[in-house]
Amino acid sequence: MATHDIKLTVNGTAHEAQVESRLLLVHLLRDQLRLTGTHIGCDTTHCGACTVLLDGQPVKSCTVLAVQADGRQVSTVEGLEKDGKLHPLQEGFWEKHGLQCGYCTPGMLMTTCALLSRNKNPSEAEIREAISGNLCRCTGYVNIVKAVQYAAEKSR
Amino acid sequence: MQPKTSPEVGGMGHSMKRKEDPRFIRGKGNYVDDISLPGMLWMDIVRSPFAHAKIKSINVEKALKIPGVLAVITGETLAKYNLHWMPTLMSDTQMVLPTEKVMYQAQEVAAVIATSRYTAADGVDAVEVDYEPLPVVVDPFKALQPGAPVLRTDKKDKKDNRIFHWETGDKSGTEKAFAEADVTVKQDLYIPRIHVASIETCGCVADFDRVNGKLTVYMTTQAPHAIRTVFALVAGHVGLSEERIRIISPDIGGGFGGKVPVYPGYVIAVAASVVIGKPVKWIEDRMENLQADSFARDYHITAELAAKKDGTITALRMKTIADHGYTDAAANPSKFPAGLFSICTGSYDVKKAFVEVDGVYTNKPPGGIAYRCSFRVTEAVHAIERITDVLAQQLKMDPAQLRMKNFIPKEKFPYQSALGWEYDSGDYGRALQLAMDKIGYQALRKEQAEKRARGELMGIGISSFTEILGAGPSKHFDILGIKMFDSCELRVHPTGKAIARFGTKSQGQGHETTYAQIIAEELGIPASAVQVEEGDTDTAPYGLGTYASRSTPTAGAAGAIAARKVREKARKIAAHLLEVSEADLVWETGKFSVRGAPQRSKTIQECAFAAYTNNPPGMEPGLEAVDYYDPPNLTFPFGSYICVVDIDRGTGMVRIRRFVAVDDCGNIINPMIVDGQIHGGLTMGMAPALLEEISYDENGNIQGGSFMDYLVPTSMESPAWETEKTVTPSPHHPLGAKGVGESATVGAPPAIANAVVDALAHLGVKHIDIPITPERVWRILKEKGVAE
Repeated sequence: MATHDIKLTVNGTAHEAQVESRLLLVHLLRDQLRLTGTHIGCDTTHCGACTVLLDGQPVKSCTVLAVQADGRQVSTVEGLEKDGKLHPLQEGFWEKHGLQCGYCTPGMLMTTCALLSRNKNPSEAEIREAISGNLCRCTGYVNIVKAVQYAAEKSR
Repeated sequence: MQPKTSPEVGGMGHSMKRKEDPRFIRGKGNYVDDISLPGMLWMDIVRSPFAHAKIKSINVEKALKIPGVLAVITGETLAKYNLHWMPTLMSDTQMVLPTEKVMYQAQEVAAVIATSRYTAADGVDAVEVDYEPLPVVVDPFKALQPGAPVLRTDKKDKKDNRIFHWETGDKSGTEKAFAEADVTVKQDLYIPRIHVASIETCGCVADFDRVNGKLTVYMTTQAPHAIRTVFALVAGHVGLSEERIRIISPDIGGGFGGKVPVYPGYVIAVAASVVIGKPVKWIEDRMENLQADSFARDYHITAELAAKKDGTITALRMKTIADHGYTDAAANPSKFPAGLFSICTGSYDVKKAFVEVDGVYTNKPPGGIAYRCSFRVTEAVHAIERITDVLAQQLKMDPAQLRMKNFIPKEKFPYQSALGWEYDSGDYGRALQLAMDKIGYQALRKEQAEKRARGELMGIGISSFTEILGAGPSKHFDILGIKMFDSCELRVHPTGKAIARFGTKSQGQGHETTYAQIIAEELGIPASAVQVEEGDTDTAPYGLGTYASRSTPTAGAAGAIAARKVREKARKIAAHLLEVSEADLVWETGKFSVRGAPQRSKTIQECAFAAYTNNPPGMEPGLEAVDYYDPPNLTFPFGSYICVVDIDRGTGMVRIRRFVAVDDCGNIINPMIVDGQIHGGLTMGMAPALLEEISYDENGNIQGGSFMDYLVPTSMESPAWETEKTVTPSPHHPLGAKGVGESATVGAPPAIANAVVDALAHLGVKHIDIPITPERVWRILKEKGVAE
């Protein structure tokens, strides 16, 4: 199996890695860089538990090869908190009970982080559409919508 | 209910923010796949493409040539240790790995152990298995016909595919009531096979330490203690002894019943670690999860009601064929092969009832787990709530009025049901009235009539369910003989902080918060200063785990009783410190004061300090207590749900316009968490009603074995649920609580199905099986000539 030397920046920190061609970004993050906040929930790009930002765009890291991240910026849930201060979305999910088992939460946070960066004041319908590629089996989405509204309010 | 404690103390009734969340929102949860141990190996599983086939040979040579593949484990390997079969929770037997034949598609055939995740998968691809296909039995009705192939050829005396026949109730009395009835109705209903599909799949890291002879298994399990005992019983003959088995259930990404069973993958990983002497990780992928792990439901029910002309229900009869797959691996209490299906008289005062269930073997994966409900309660509730609407339609009565007429009156509680349960408390009419008021029932009926006149399709559906949960009591309920109690071990530290350990295991329910609130309620120690731990069998007291909404009814009660035991010891200490008799002390949350002299008092924290520094002469030091709580009865939460749907005549698409859920789960520990549970439960109730089904073709090929086809609800289908509460405390639970995690999953499906049927009732539609997909509705619209 061919290997490649890649360089990428994860949450602002530069990393170099030697990876097989077939290695998925999610496995690079979890197994090699030990950033286990990004989760795996399916094999078909449906559940969104593995969502990270690649150059600011949300992607499902189970469907991105590690080599595709070469020279690019990756943001994961571990990078949301800055200088000991929670991101407004993290605060919102906690305040509004937007999580239960916590497994889909990192993906939800990253997807909605991208949403708020392009839309400061999303409507309920816009929030629901944004998270429609992220499955949650516990919350029924009601409080996730409230959590995002809380964060939008707080960020303004 | 007004909380008795201040928000700082955070006892019952406070919507306290969850104590577990800071780690989850930072990506610092610790799930099984996050665990990495030095020298850890990976396991992946070879699975059968056939639903029924003889294994002629397994060739592992090519796999073993791949660099990094260390071993391939087959049934023959395990047979050397007599570990190729294992018992199920229902005392049936299940293959760990086959030696002769496979019995369902995706069954485990062999396991590859390798140095990495990817190499193990390469090894799986390289294992060559030669199969000889055998006749496949998919339909449980055909499985029961004479001449059907007998599937369990491993059982010498087995001559057919019937697993069990179970019945309860008054057969002749019910027959007589049906014969004398003014009106009878009968309806066949199929409650399809579905899958819990928690977002985290199942897996484990098995770590056998050869030096100490100790096995530690990090495992996605809802019942770590029971699993430890099962491992000791199953593998005792190869030297695994219970004191040297440690099961750790770390953070769990959703359970819903799917993480109760012992799957072959866990056992193979343990065997591999014991043989190789290194940690072995096995994490199933989503397709394996959907295709091979335990299913839920799969009940073919014929439901009947007998009634008087005025709508008084006089008798109920149900006959069910239960498709269990190739083995009975249901997660039921041992004496209940059909779980608690006999709750099927529901919320109604039905005098005569008779129910029978036949379990059947087919070439499908085994199971019979809950999907977020207490042991077959969803099947029972769907049947009674659907057939009640069929009766209303027959009698041309409003379904709300029919329900109000037949509800068990509140003054009749505790109520003895015709099928043997003692319902603890209820006020069903109040819940339904509140739901009707909240949604504006009469106005909706008027709107429906207007819309019908215009050819628009709108329906209103009601479900007034009664749940049964919180197993024990242990005189009736056990799992493989282990009685279904639960436990709490509470220690108060010298500085007045506490740690409480429980025999249950949260999978998202928020136990770290709610259990702390229970201790806070009883002792006045702030919930923020009570550390809650579960899931490690080396440290937590023995308990049966979290499923069937049993945590608050059992372990929550144990927490309250343990705290009361601590309080009684603290009372003795306070009496000593204040130099008064115990009888002269008055307790108000957090402190004892002298009767008539309230300025003289000792806080619980002062008592705790004294317990370690100044304990009364003759009293042993320390302040701690243990309680193993065996409930005197089950609890019976209830509710009334009303759903309004609009149907698109062009596509058959059902849209839930409004859904009002009135729940009564007794006294509430954390209202925010209860609402969250109900939102999630409603969504998991909508799922089988409108979207989810696992079916098989005639060759036993699964249809819908990935998230491509198995439609877990997204944010787009899920409505903005509206919730309300009534509070009818349980008379026997120490906190008056009942449990709530699954009520909504149980109550929602018939409300939705009834709404859809109601929308089409004027066209002569009496029943539609779930899931009510657009295609299913469109075919009806087409047949009735109203499709656009």
